[in-house]
Amino acid sequence: MITFDRVTVRYSDDGPPPLREVSLRVEEGELCLVAGRTGAGKSTLLRAINGLVPHFTGGTLYGSVTVDGRDTRRHPPRDLADVVGVVGQDPLSGFVTDTVEEELAYGMEQLALPAAVMRKRVEETLDLLGIAELRHRPLRTLSGGQQQRVAIGAVLTTHPRVLVLDEPTSALDPTAAEDVLAAVTRLVHDLGVTVVLAEHRLERVVQYADRLLYLPGDGRVVDGEPATVLAGVDLAPPLVELGRLAGWTPLPLSVRDARRRAGALRQRLADTTPPDPPPAPGTTPVLAARKIVVRYPGTVAVAGVDLDLHRGRVVALMGRNGSGKSSLLWAVQGSGPRHRGTVTVDAGDGRDPVDPKQLPAGQARRHVGLVPQTPGDLLYLETVDAECRQADRETAAAAGTCRSLLDRLAPGLPGDRHPRDLSEGQRLALVLAVQLTAAPPVVLLDEPTRGLDYLAKRQFVALVRGLAAAGRAVMVATHDVELVATLADRVVVMADGDIVADGTTAEVMLASPAFAPQVAKVLAPAPWLTVEQVTAALGPTREPA
Amino acid sequence: MTERRDGVDAAAAAPGRGPRRWSAARLPRGLHPGAWWLWALGLATAASHTTNPLLLALLVAVAALTVLRRRTDAPWALAFRMYLVLGAVIITMRVVFRIVFGGGQGEHLLVSLPEIPLPEWAAGIRLFGPVAVEQVLGGFYDGLRLATMLVCLGAANALANPKRLLKAVPGALYAVGTAVVVALSVAPQLVESVLRVRRARRLRGATGRGMRALRGIALPVLADALDRSLALAAAMDSRGYGRTAAVPAGQRAATGALVLGGLVGVCAGTYGLLDSTGSGYLGLPMLLTGLVVAVAGMLLAGRRVRRSRYRPDRWRSAELLVAGCGIAAAALTMLAGSVTPELLYPPVSPLTWPEVTPLMLLAVTAAAGPAWLAPPPPGSPSTRPPTVGTPVGAVAAPTRTGDPATSVPGGHP
Repeated sequence: MITFDRVTVRYSDDGPPPLREVSLRVEEGELCLVAGRTGAGKSTLLRAINGLVPHFTGGTLYGSVTVDGRDTRRHPPRDLADVVGVVGQDPLSGFVTDTVEEELAYGMEQLALPAAVMRKRVEETLDLLGIAELRHRPLRTLSGGQQQRVAIGAVLTTHPRVLVLDEPTSALDPTAAEDVLAAVTRLVHDLGVTVVLAEHRLERVVQYADRLLYLPGDGRVVDGEPATVLAGVDLAPPLVELGRLAGWTPLPLSVRDARRRAGALRQRLADTTPPDPPPAPGTTPVLAARKIVVRYPGTVAVAGVDLDLHRGRVVALMGRNGSGKSSLLWAVQGSGPRHRGTVTVDAGDGRDPVDPKQLPAGQARRHVGLVPQTPGDLLYLETVDAECRQADRETAAAAGTCRSLLDRLAPGLPGDRHPRDLSEGQRLALVLAVQLTAAPPVVLLDEPTRGLDYLAKRQFVALVRGLAAAGRAVMVATHDVELVATLADRVVVMADGDIVADGTTAEVMLASPAFAPQVAKVLAPAPWLTVEQVTAALGPTREPA
Repeated sequence: MTERRDGVDAAAAAPGRGPRRWSAARLPRGLHPGAWWLWALGLATAASHTTNPLLLALLVAVAALTVLRRRTDAPWALAFRMYLVLGAVIITMRVVFRIVFGGGQGEHLLVSLPEIPLPEWAAGIRLFGPVAVEQVLGGFYDGLRLATMLVCLGAANALANPKRLLKAVPGALYAVGTAVVVALSVAPQLVESVLRVRRARRLRGATGRGMRALRGIALPVLADALDRSLALAAAMDSRGYGRTAAVPAGQRAATGALVLGGLVGVCAGTYGLLDSTGSGYLGLPMLLTGLVVAVAGMLLAGRRVRRSRYRPDRWRSAELLVAGCGIAAAALTMLAGSVTPELLYPPVSPLTWPEVTPLMLLAVTAAAGPAWLAPPPPGSPSTRPPTVGTPVGAVAAPTRTGDPATSVPGGHP
């Protein structure tokens, strides 16, 4: 179905090519997963399939890409629209019309399909993806998962033989991601659509994949069975790491596989228990929020929430898209709306506690620092160094404070680089350094790991633990279950503006399957959460179980 | 809300109660935007032919009634209130101007304001001074007429989806139409991104104004807008936007020449028509020839665009009725004007009480027709069967698969 014949892509003459001499074939009806670090060339590979590379992006493509017998050299993307459907990372930015039904019909209108066929296919697609009740809804009012399903439906109506998805679940909560993936696997199994899918969070997808294309970052593509490829790869979901630890071959890809093999491991772990969570802090909280209410026209985003944050502790804030996490963070920081309730932050040194909302913005950030969901919003200068100098100036900190913080968070970041040219992880580190220059005792992070690969995420965990060890209170809003398992001391779950669960990480995560990390699912009912814990419990003798 | 329920009841009961032939026409659907515009233009024409405050007030009431009964929940539909406010502002301005720069003509003095003496070179202009009823009333009539016309156009704006109007453009202008539609949707996105960045800037302690703050907001917003438009362009390209049928190069050149030549002809013809000293052949004949050539070029270009339309707006009996109501209202008002001109322009001095004739009432009745004759709008929640038994508790439960039906507008604020 898709053939790459000695494909090399170059965007500039002197830089390394994202793809070098790549030859591969994807057969009809395969679900092919593309994995690799950020910037390894995943998007280039995906966009080469329908000719966006090089027709749209520029650059030079050597070799040939053939889809369903059509060469992308002679066919621009619009001529391949009836064969390849592409869904980008942010579905909202790809929508052309403004209601669900019109969006589904848009592609067919371009192909000049007769009206009767369009009516029928729109109905079919609405049912196939389970979005029939949304048909008249404006696209902007849909939740993330719904938007993603509409975006997939919008390309499906032209009946493409190939579906290309670039990180379809990166912005979604666990249940919405399941919905989208269920729809995709259904397409593969029921309709024989060929799917090529890029994803950072392998644990969500790898079990459904027939093939894994791994991009190590040097322009090569490693091609093979998921279990075989993952065995020699430095980024791997927790399940695979657990399998490596226990010496299982082939590596398990689904919880079911792992559980069936885990009997021996469970017995070995029967005598030990995971280390106790750190004792509940007896001290007074550094930040206490009481009865926080945030309203928007037509909805109550936060409905009377109480929240305590303690020094040296990391709290994870979870909940589905639109449950009020961001609104709560912004209300606590004081920059967002807060219609009722109080926030008191211990100012330290025996001074009176303060409410950040009452303070001018420049003072508020000295008590509570927030890194928003799109960290790039805070950056507006041409170079990293300029941003650092500006951060020192606006907080009246000693010159070089921000730069030294940045060097600790992300060593070796070139100072003359433009902030928009940084990778997601580097930009996050820069914004975090800018915010930490004001030395706030409380740090709030909104969806920080979106778009981070496993290694960047590992660095992020080390970084946040470092902040906590330095006596700061940290709260992280996230959808990433595995991240929470390795990072948080306490988990708060929100739904519909209310807190529905609040407890230690183990208590909350083991209580419901939607929030349980993979290791917990494999080793249940024993309360293990992470591979780290299991490694520590097995001790230095790493004999196969 | 009551008006919608009424619409549903009427639609549901229609097969049993009303004449059978109405039932299909009364099913909820969106009317062709052109029909609403014709109706509104008819009302505006009627309003422009009178200063009778009673008739004008009735026309405003009719426009408001029709909007209330037949609008959707779309954002542009909610803007009608703004037009009403704007109309009130116009009336107030007119009256205030008459008081401030009043001529003072009129026998019935209302109040006598102290006059501000002006230098000699401003002779003929008077500030304040005595205020007469006639003067205030004249301003009020004038303002009311303007406000009514504005409200009529506002009603069309609220009732007709502007994007669907753009969709009705001919094939050759399809690309332009799409560009306008995309541009229309960019504006709210830009506003959203400005708000987001402004709020994010507060996190860095920036509250300042001036160039630095402007730069701090403008740069991220522009970068964001660029990213988005690139993503949109890529998405449109890969979904087949701009696919053209294979056209031989010769025909393409001919199309271009025809359109360009025709437009030049139209310009020259218009010039000739307006310039009386020009020679005769430059006038009307040139204009007509240019028009014909340009239209031929457009038609030829339209053949290159191969696309179909999903649920095109059709011109059916309901559209005819609505447009006809507007035209009838205009025609009846004009007729009334030729029969009793003094009643359509009630004199301010001497003061007379405005009257309404049966002919005027007939015009208003015709204008109000669409409030009942037009099919109810689709998609409003109350026109759907009520979904009883949705487990509300299940929505709130954290482990429910699927997305919440309600979400904070705009995702994460």
